[in-house]
Amino acid sequence: MSAVEISTVFTVFAVSLGSLFFLAGTLGLLRLPDTLTRLHALTKADNLGLGLIVLGLLPQVSSPLGWIGLIAVWLLALLAGATVGQLLAGALRPSDGTPPDRGGGSA
Amino acid sequence: MSLPAPVDLGLAALVLGLAGWVITTSATYRAAEGFVAYGLVLALVWVRLGSVDVALTEAALGSGLTGLLLLRAAARLPADDPAETTRPGPGVRVVAAVLCTAVAGALAAVVLLLPEPAPSLAPAVAANLSATGVGNPVTGVLLAFRAVDTLGESIVLVLALVGLWSLAPDDAWGGRPGFLRGPAAASPLRFLAQVLPPFGILVGIHLLWIGADHPGGKFQGATVLAAMWVLVLVAGLRQPPRVTSRPMRGLAVFGSLVFVGIGTAGAWLAGAFLAYPEGLAKPLILSIETALMLSVAVILGLLLAGPPEPDDAAGVRS
Repeated sequence: MSAVEISTVFTVFAVSLGSLFFLAGTLGLLRLPDTLTRLHALTKADNLGLGLIVLGLLPQVSSPLGWIGLIAVWLLALLAGATVGQLLAGALRPSDGTPPDRGGGSA
Repeated sequence: MSLPAPVDLGLAALVLGLAGWVITTSATYRAAEGFVAYGLVLALVWVRLGSVDVALTEAALGSGLTGLLLLRAAARLPADDPAETTRPGPGVRVVAAVLCTAVAGALAAVVLLLPEPAPSLAPAVAANLSATGVGNPVTGVLLAFRAVDTLGESIVLVLALVGLWSLAPDDAWGGRPGFLRGPAAASPLRFLAQVLPPFGILVGIHLLWIGADHPGGKFQGATVLAAMWVLVLVAGLRQPPRVTSRPMRGLAVFGSLVFVGIGTAGAWLAGAFLAYPEGLAKPLILSIETALMLSVAVILGLLLAGPPEPDDAAGVRS
């Protein structure tokens, strides 16, 4: 197989795997029982699914600026996802300061 | 005529579904959230239509900024949802539905009855774009061929800010806008507001710079800048400036003044108001865009920050 074919196969594989994570994350968002577990499903889809899709698209971009752009998109989504996840989980925390039953800690 | 791609059909169904949901849902907060999602899907539709400029504007202004305004408005409504308690009677609702349907139907009729091919100035723009020195036809139209419209828009924004500030009660005048100040922000939000702004400012400047030749421009860049400022304000890292602050007011009108100044100079140097001298079109357009971006960013931020509030309600000053 030529280098182009290998990179194409890699792209198809990684993007498909990333889409699978998004599908699973969406399913989790719809089906899981409480907010913290739904948050967990959602951030997994964002972190891993988007990461795999970005990874898969990298070989298709020829310019270094394009690579930086793609990776920056993923890093910004990570930052936003982590922050929003913490904020939503924090909003669930009882106001007396005790940690909630699940999802506390520094993850 | 080829069949539309499945992804386009899916997008169209999603837009219609979200639009219907926003109209029919009775909870104000949920309707505002649906409106944000609707705007983002609509931006994807614009991308599919090849209008990346419009898509960026829709995502930034139509969905993000308007969505934030709606969410804050929903949050400030009394807890017992007035949309539930003071629901208008069936007569009012029937009249509203008829009027809305008439407007939508008239718009659809206008689009469907367009002559074929639709009248277009696009060939004229493409033929004359090289004279402006910019490569993005949207920027060329906004700042050269129809610059007077853009000038009007920039002044409208200043007037909108004046209108918003006019809502302030007398004893609040001279205070700081209080709309974005909540209880002490959680630490993740403060962290985000410390980490993100340098990147956001870079993205804003990037959008302005590539706007000359690619999709982007001052409004999109300004929205990103305003978003960074609003993030810092919401996180409580900075106080919004007092409405009497002269530097801030100066910055708000700076863009329009530069625009009018360059346009007036064109009356002497190039023979018409808002005309650019030969060969100087691109640097002048970029100067106007840069000045306008700063002003639009300040105005958008101040519009989101709301009317001034009296100091005693303003909480702790930093």
